[in-house]
Amino acid sequence: RDFNERCAQCSEVNWGLTDGGRFYCRSCHNVTERTREVVNTDFITNSRVQTISKGLRKQEKNDGGCEWYICEGFQLVLKKQAEALEALGVCPQMKDEILCNFWRCYLQKSKQAYCKRPAGETVKALSVCESSTDVDSDPERPSLLHLLSLSESEGDLQTDCSFASSVTKVSESTSVYSGSVDGSLYLMKNQKEKLRMTMPMTLSFCYMALLWLREPITLSELLRFVVEGHIPYLNVFQHFPEKMKLCGLDLRIFCVESWPVYEEVFNKMHELAAFLELPRFPDITDSCFLHPDMLCMKYLMEANLPDELHNWTCRVVKKIGIGEVDFLTLMPGNKSTRKVKYDVLAAAVIVVVLKLLFLLDDHYEWLLSEFAEERNKNNTEGGPYFEFKKWYEVVKQSLDVEQKKLDEERAKYLWRCEKPLFYSVKNKSKVLKRRQMVVNLQNQFGKLSGSVRRAEKPNPSSFQLNWSERNTDGSCFHGHSLKGVLQEKCGLLTAMNPDYWLCTVKLCNEKLCGHLAHYREVEFPQSYHFVLGLFAFLLRIQPSYIHDEVCMVEHKLFNKKLYKKLKYNTVLRK
Amino acid sequence: SSHEHKLNFRKSKEECLSYIQDALLQQQWKRAAEFLTCYVESLEKDYSRELIGPSEMIWRIGTEILWHHSQSSMKEFNCFMEQMKTLGVKRYLKVCLEHVFHLLCNGQIDEAYQNLSLAESWRFGEQTAIQDKEMKLIEAYRGLLDYYSWSKQKNILLEHSEDGFSDLAVEQEMHSYFRKAAVNLKEIIKIPGVWDVFVKCYVDLLEFYGDHNEARQVLNEYAYNSKFPANPNAHVYLYQFLKRQGESKKSLISALKILHDIVPSHELMIDFNTMLQKSKKRKKRRLGLEVIFAALDYAGWKENAKAWSCLARQVKQIVISEKHLDWIKQEWNSRKDWWPAFHFSRYLAKRNWQENKSLSYEKALVAGILLGKDCKYFKYVSHRGCKTQLKRFRMLKKFVNRHNPVYLRISG
Repeated sequence: RDFNERCAQCSEVNWGLTDGGRFYCRSCHNVTERTREVVNTDFITNSRVQTISKGLRKQEKNDGGCEWYICEGFQLVLKKQAEALEALGVCPQMKDEILCNFWRCYLQKSKQAYCKRPAGETVKALSVCESSTDVDSDPERPSLLHLLSLSESEGDLQTDCSFASSVTKVSESTSVYSGSVDGSLYLMKNQKEKLRMTMPMTLSFCYMALLWLREPITLSELLRFVVEGHIPYLNVFQHFPEKMKLCGLDLRIFCVESWPVYEEVFNKMHELAAFLELPRFPDITDSCFLHPDMLCMKYLMEANLPDELHNWTCRVVKKIGIGEVDFLTLMPGNKSTRKVKYDVLAAAVIVVVLKLLFLLDDHYEWLLSEFAEERNKNNTEGGPYFEFKKWYEVVKQSLDVEQKKLDEERAKYLWRCEKPLFYSVKNKSKVLKRRQMVVNLQNQFGKLSGSVRRAEKPNPSSFQLNWSERNTDGSCFHGHSLKGVLQEKCGLLTAMNPDYWLCTVKLCNEKLCGHLAHYREVEFPQSYHFVLGLFAFLLRIQPSYIHDEVCMVEHKLFNKKLYKKLKYNTVLRK
Repeated sequence: SSHEHKLNFRKSKEECLSYIQDALLQQQWKRAAEFLTCYVESLEKDYSRELIGPSEMIWRIGTEILWHHSQSSMKEFNCFMEQMKTLGVKRYLKVCLEHVFHLLCNGQIDEAYQNLSLAESWRFGEQTAIQDKEMKLIEAYRGLLDYYSWSKQKNILLEHSEDGFSDLAVEQEMHSYFRKAAVNLKEIIKIPGVWDVFVKCYVDLLEFYGDHNEARQVLNEYAYNSKFPANPNAHVYLYQFLKRQGESKKSLISALKILHDIVPSHELMIDFNTMLQKSKKRKKRRLGLEVIFAALDYAGWKENAKAWSCLARQVKQIVISEKHLDWIKQEWNSRKDWWPAFHFSRYLAKRNWQENKSLSYEKALVAGILLGKDCKYFKYVSHRGCKTQLKRFRMLKKFVNRHNPVYLRISG
């Protein structure tokens, strides 16, 4: 940033930098004490990234604000998120070491700090625009229209107040600026190569750190905690200090109006890992929480399925080699290996096992269930045989209740917070008035709501569905036996079901269309859809996402047979 | 974004709205209020592209909830309406007007009047011109309330005069209300529209003060000006006025003619038919037959003894005179396929006989002529009727038997 003070000796404004990072006057070679400081490495106590000499920072503006940079804001966000994770039980190492190191590395690599500013790059805040003609005439400045039409992952703010859709509003003298120093610059540049920081990306950072530490939180859980409010995300800017004024373009960056999606955060994380040129992540071994065997156990419990199924999931995992350390551990930048979605993968394995044992073609599983029911009548010793029908009824009932609750939650989200947001000083009073009216109305109708407003967030829990074996109504299936669906052959227990149907014979090219398969509910059996839906609920993702993974697992499992078939087909044609 | 399932602000509020809608439809006011509480923050977003923005939604939904919710008071309601008035200047007068309606429904006439007066004095740049229509309505309703006050004064005056007092103060007040009301009511009815209540009141005022010409003009305009939407009531009012004025049958008939065209099932068709039957002009009598047949096409008239007696009388008269049987034939042509089942089934014969002997008598006559003496209806009723030794039924039987050939002619 340009140093504009007059030289003490010669009163000129003509500064340069010494090797030691100090300013010197080019006219009279007077060296000052002021240094261009490298970022303060004390992450915890001083959350401000200072890339300019302290003396330059104008501490007080008219409105009591100070200058701040976008990345400082993000740093604050990350700090808050790390603290929340620590409160959830994550080891403090995450916040104190891992995350901040990742962040520092990012800042360095994206040249936002910890380095010399590349020559010629100055930060220019976009000041008040008088009229559209002024803006157009300046070729270096981006036009307002361009800024407005930038597609964002959260494009919602485009429709907001003074940023309204019509061009006419732009030509009125709306002052477009930002509270931060580099807000406009941030949005302007085509930062594809430099991986511009966004709010969803903060979660990618968190996940990356969690993965590095092999903490027992999956990405789907992390995102669920975010939505449930245990990890700051929405409206996190209200924790910014008073002096950091947020307005104008800052809002586009920090105010989110949508919940981040698994795919988004996941993909970004890998991009980030590669960008930061991180080494191979710590090994995911079979004693890790993220290992499929572990996650399968957890999900089996949550899905109220018999523990005995775990043997089968382990067998599948072993057979297709997805339990191998090299498969599971992340190697950033390695484009040949498929990125592992630990939670989705585990769910997919369970689905495949269910298909192996029960076929799930809307016929066979019910037949087996009737058969088991019969046997259960005479079954006096040992645990009861697992009956698919009973399980379906019990789980469906709970699932419907929970799903209904979740749907209502979705409709009842409160997106705004107390801290007012305005694009410009001009519409500040309007915004405040509106806010007041909203609060009044909320009070008025809140009183008429009858029910007690849920003042507190539900306690964060790892399990969403709980089944207790102590229940005498038989609604817990963990201890049930699979004997009803198994038979002994040559000393091994195999499934009675001889058949299997593949979700898809041919996998799509993921690079072309983004998916391995395309799931349409009507094309598949209801039971299959139900099972997908169950895990989709638990993981808070779309069923098609799990379906993709199921296809992948199936193809690995039946690889030889498929290969043979293909070969056979080609032979025939000859 | 390709993630359509992503939950964002907009979608969340859409879902919220549909929950509100469900709750409203099921009259679950508490639940509706619960979701509305979550919806109101939409006000902080701009929806200028939408047809109906959140402020209008909140106004409408909030009004419904507060009106019906058991724990909501009128005070709260009024407070809410005041807030809504500030929300959208483009809707200001509309909100005022609806507020007034609610006050009237709640019997708060004075408050309604105050609100109307306040709204009348509202000015807001170019919005005043844009919301001109609403302003006219507000003035009209104030005029209506003035009429109401006038009416009260008038009644007091009449009471006093009965008792022998003459009350100058009351009279003067009455006149002053008349002036205020007349001005506004006159204005609104100039604009094409459906203004039944305003027209009625205005005409009432004019008649009281003896300005029958003006009244007639107003009613003619209301009924015949093609710019005004077709409105059966306009013709009814005109007819009633002309009747009160003792106008000739000719003008009365012409007033009802259009009513018959628009609403053949109107209750005044009986009066109409009665007048037409008595007319000396053949065309009118023909029309009369058409009118009464048309009225009885409607299910609501099936058991109307008066209507049947009109038809019976006319049919009988035609048969006796042996002239114009072709009229009956013409009318019966389009009805012979469905009237028998509609009016003259055996079941109906039984029922009519049990419930209303006069009705069955009239119907039997008509049935006997149109369907012959062997038709189910006639046979049943006349048989029963003769058994009970009622003279008229014997006469009926004779009559129909005598004129049976008529049936053969009209059915052929």
